[in-house]
Amino acid sequence: MPKLPKLPAPPLPAALQAPPPRPGEGNGKAGPLDLGKEAGITVVDWVDERTSLSSAGRWLLFRKVPKGTNWFYTLGSATMFAFLSQAVTGVFLAMYYRPDPAGGAYESIRHVTNEVFLGQFVRGMHKWGSSVMVILIFLHMGRTFFFGAYKYPRELNWVIGVVLLILTMVMSFTGYLLPFDQRAYWATIVGVNINGTGPLIGPYLSDFLRGGGEFGATTLSRFYAIHMLLIPGLLAALIGFHLYLVAKLGTTAPPWSKAKERQELLEAEV
Amino acid sequence: MSDKHSKHKSKYTADRMIPGAFEGETVTRRRFMTGSAHTAGAIAAGAFTLPALGFAIGPIFKKTPHTWQTVGVASQFSEDNYMPVVVTLTPGIGEAGTSTAYVRKFNPKIDTDAADRDSKYIAISSRCAHLGCPVRWVDAAERFICPCHGGVYDLLGRRVGGPPVRPLDRFYTRVEGENVQIGPRFSVNSELHRFSPRDPGEPLDGIGQYLYPSRPTERKL
Repeated sequence: MPKLPKLPAPPLPAALQAPPPRPGEGNGKAGPLDLGKEAGITVVDWVDERTSLSSAGRWLLFRKVPKGTNWFYTLGSATMFAFLSQAVTGVFLAMYYRPDPAGGAYESIRHVTNEVFLGQFVRGMHKWGSSVMVILIFLHMGRTFFFGAYKYPRELNWVIGVVLLILTMVMSFTGYLLPFDQRAYWATIVGVNINGTGPLIGPYLSDFLRGGGEFGATTLSRFYAIHMLLIPGLLAALIGFHLYLVAKLGTTAPPWSKAKERQELLEAEV
Repeated sequence: MSDKHSKHKSKYTADRMIPGAFEGETVTRRRFMTGSAHTAGAIAAGAFTLPALGFAIGPIFKKTPHTWQTVGVASQFSEDNYMPVVVTLTPGIGEAGTSTAYVRKFNPKIDTDAADRDSKYIAISSRCAHLGCPVRWVDAAERFICPCHGGVYDLLGRRVGGPPVRPLDRFYTRVEGENVQIGPRFSVNSELHRFSPRDPGEPLDGIGQYLYPSRPTERKL
């Protein structure tokens, strides 16, 4: 059976129709429903009118990227999300952790792992996430190196990246002691003594890390403070500056993409 | 205006028509205020940064008291074999503050070093001179062997293999009545000459003793 064209619905009688808006009235008064629908826009507008943050957001997020941008360019933000994951899980682990070398530290970790709801999962994310972050940061560094993205004008961003790498290593080193089991203890002894093998300042450096000549009561709390207060603040600040420079300078094209040949100019020169 | 002032015109205010400026002024008010604000800021920042920094590096210069701890009685130890004893290096933190020392009686046949002649007991630290792992005395091999990176030491604690840079550290010993006591630690170089205690991984032969200075508070024993 062939499809019939749909007929238009008959118009409502004039008495039942809503009166058309008068000139200057728009679509009538905004009801609570309309206000609710536009609440998000209203709040954003209110903040933006006072901060002009939306232009900063557009500047950061809507950038031109070169032709040939590929998945390798996501390694940097992958590293950043690994850091964010470490930060969030770390904050919540700190709610249970006790930096007490006389057995309390190990006991609190055991409690988190075995008894706290989702404790093993959150601790696992933090533990394995640290390795993920180190792997990602090296892949990101390799991408930057092999794509030549460290060259002018991006040298400073490379330098900041190296500092971020070192700070990440310090995070790994100080975090390794915190479970305070046999492996943590002896790995820290070895790690601190490796620091001590640097000539002239080495002995003082290892004393600073231990907080004295021997592994003592303050060593664990010192490592904990470095791990969760000192370095994360530095890391966050430097990641911010790293991102600012990325947004300001833009990303580089992959080395295999050729610049467009300037035909007209060549012809004009002939 | 005296002749003296007109001769030495200020480079800050001359011909700049700054209101209120007078001839001979050496610094503008703006410059003075900027300097004052920066100085005040620096003093305020220094007032909390410097004490905090000193607080953090203070333990390096803290003097640790030397203690003697009893590890056994004379009859427990023999002349030709080591006995492990537990020594407390840092009190109050349980197992993490303890270490093992290997103790035997002084043996004139093997302890030929002049400095050892006064001590009746030889106490060798189990802290490996490579990176600080705990070495174990293996009786059958008559060697101290480190589980971490394969450091091997002989009966006197001298390196015979692996990565360690000097012999095993030792402890001072003394006898109080029947009790054998262990005191502060000291390090030795490959000729068993005594030095103030060093951390593992720091060689003491040749230039090593100068490249790796001992802790200032423990330098004189």
